[in-house]
Amino acid sequence: MNTTPHRNNGNDHLIELKGITKVYGMGSVAMHALKGIDLSIDKGEFVAVMGPSGSGKSTCMNILGCLDTQTEGTYLFKGIDVGVLSRDERALLRRNYLGFVFQGFNLLNRTSALENVELPLIYRGVPARERHARAREALAAVGLTGWETHTPGELSGGQQQRVAIARAVVIEPEVLMADEPTGNLDSKSSREIMDLLSAFNVEHGITIVMVTHEADMASYARRTIHFLDGIIDTEVNNGGGGVQ
Amino acid sequence: MMWETILLALRAIRRNVLRSSLTILGIVIGVAAVITMVTLGGGATAQVTAEISSLGSNMLQVRPGQDFRGPGGTRSSADDFKIEDAEAISREVFGLEAVAPTASTNTQVISGNRNWSTTIMGVTNAFLQVRDWSLASGREFTEAELRSGRAVCIIGATVKTELFGETDPVGQTIRLKKISSQVIGVLESKGQTGFGQDQDDMVLIPLRAFQRRLKGDSDVGAIYVSALDGISTTTVKEDIERLMRERRHISSGQDDNFHVRDMQEIVSTLTSTTRVLTALLGAVAAVSLLVGGIGIMNIMLVSVTERTREIGTRLAIGALEREVLMQFLIEAVVLSSFGGLIGVILGLVSAGIGAQILGMPFVLNPGIVAIAFVFSAAVGVVFGFFPARQAARLDPIEALRHE
Repeated sequence: MNTTPHRNNGNDHLIELKGITKVYGMGSVAMHALKGIDLSIDKGEFVAVMGPSGSGKSTCMNILGCLDTQTEGTYLFKGIDVGVLSRDERALLRRNYLGFVFQGFNLLNRTSALENVELPLIYRGVPARERHARAREALAAVGLTGWETHTPGELSGGQQQRVAIARAVVIEPEVLMADEPTGNLDSKSSREIMDLLSAFNVEHGITIVMVTHEADMASYARRTIHFLDGIIDTEVNNGGGGVQ
Repeated sequence: MMWETILLALRAIRRNVLRSSLTILGIVIGVAAVITMVTLGGGATAQVTAEISSLGSNMLQVRPGQDFRGPGGTRSSADDFKIEDAEAISREVFGLEAVAPTASTNTQVISGNRNWSTTIMGVTNAFLQVRDWSLASGREFTEAELRSGRAVCIIGATVKTELFGETDPVGQTIRLKKISSQVIGVLESKGQTGFGQDQDDMVLIPLRAFQRRLKGDSDVGAIYVSALDGISTTTVKEDIERLMRERRHISSGQDDNFHVRDMQEIVSTLTSTTRVLTALLGAVAAVSLLVGGIGIMNIMLVSVTERTREIGTRLAIGALEREVLMQFLIEAVVLSSFGGLIGVILGLVSAGIGAQILGMPFVLNPGIVAIAFVFSAAVGVVFGFFPARQAARLDPIEALRHE
């Protein structure tokens, strides 16, 4: 598979969901988290996913991120049917094409910012010298030059999230999956993080799918998808960001 | 990728020094205990064997009276032997190297203004042969001296030191009770027996001189016998017993009024005793090694729980199940073999110190060092594997949600 982000075959969507359902449990206790989702996302888009808790937005996000599998329906990522992939194959898909930014940062404790950013490169088998250079570059891109040796405990929340973004973009992913990236941050840091994400979207063409429940943050995205009770309620093109 | 996984594991260890050192503590103590115990036990066995073989390894002692278990126990009520008994043994028992009739008494010996209480033994040159004892200086008794019963003497190293210090005693005269005796030789030092007896604390004079001039009788106390190489001391013992029962007119059904002590028997009894003790101590130490292993498993389990979010993060950014498994496995193996290494060093050092304190030889047993080390590494693999597998099989989302 090709890792360069500048590949798009005409009408093929980067991400395509068809009739996705997700059921937790069985029989009478079965919980239908997703009740049939059809969604397509193209290369270079900045999509915000909103909805109240329990609406299925996180479940959908996990399926998009290849962290979870759907009960029914088809998920095509770059034309690949993710539903038939093994656990290891999905891990390789994440390793090569997806970057993750979480609400809780999920950095390794007692580990320097540089080593945290290097982690996905280690799993990709990038040689040490190149790894250091690329991690430094990524940290510079999120404005953390000079903070390489600091551990998460020595960084503010905003800085930790920037390390997490550096870790996500260091592999030059096709899609950056951000799950409430500003959920634990104050408004100033939130705006900085959103500016950063927008910049990666615009300047590097990285497709971003972001879950949020804050309308302010969603306004950075070009397209907002509203979830309600396991289905897509409304889709809004707000033109607030994204690659034009 | 293998090297990178090792690197990841080493980083994880380094990130939590306290947890890592607590993890290996059990292994360190276990390995050190096993090595110390087995090494000291080996030293004790070697010491006992060496001491007993210094008595003369294929030696038998024939003594009047029944045997009391333990050293020097004879019942005085039985008749002593005569020189003829020794001659009979020498004549009629097959496969003997030497037969040494002896008699002994404790008395004061005096040289100038120094005196020393010691054991005087009346012997023949055969005694030196049986005990495999050579002279540090001087000479053995001559045939003439033995026949005539001249009061010449060979002294032990302790007696020499006590009476003469560093000066050469050969040619000097010492007093044994009322007789004066010229020193013609000094025995090589043999040190203590396994029972703590000083073997060098004695004076040897010709048996005839002892009988005539010191005791005034013709009794023989103990007969020392050595078997030829390749002759079973058990057979010799049986032959001597049969012969002596005959000579002492003991009818069947009556107990012996003498006994034959086989040094080989004592050697094997004592060495097997120390072996059993070593095995027991080793077993106790092995249990502590096992407990150390369970400690590793415990810590690994806790650390997996503690690190669930970390595992989730790794899985999310694309780590494969087997990579996470390998990382935890390598962590466990590195920790336990590092602990094993420290344990080996600690065990050898403490065994060396222990051997020094107890005055025992330091007998290195490379086998047990290897076994202890390999076991500690194996403990790491086995006990590291299950928590690691549990970690690697986690669903990334579940792991990420873990608080």
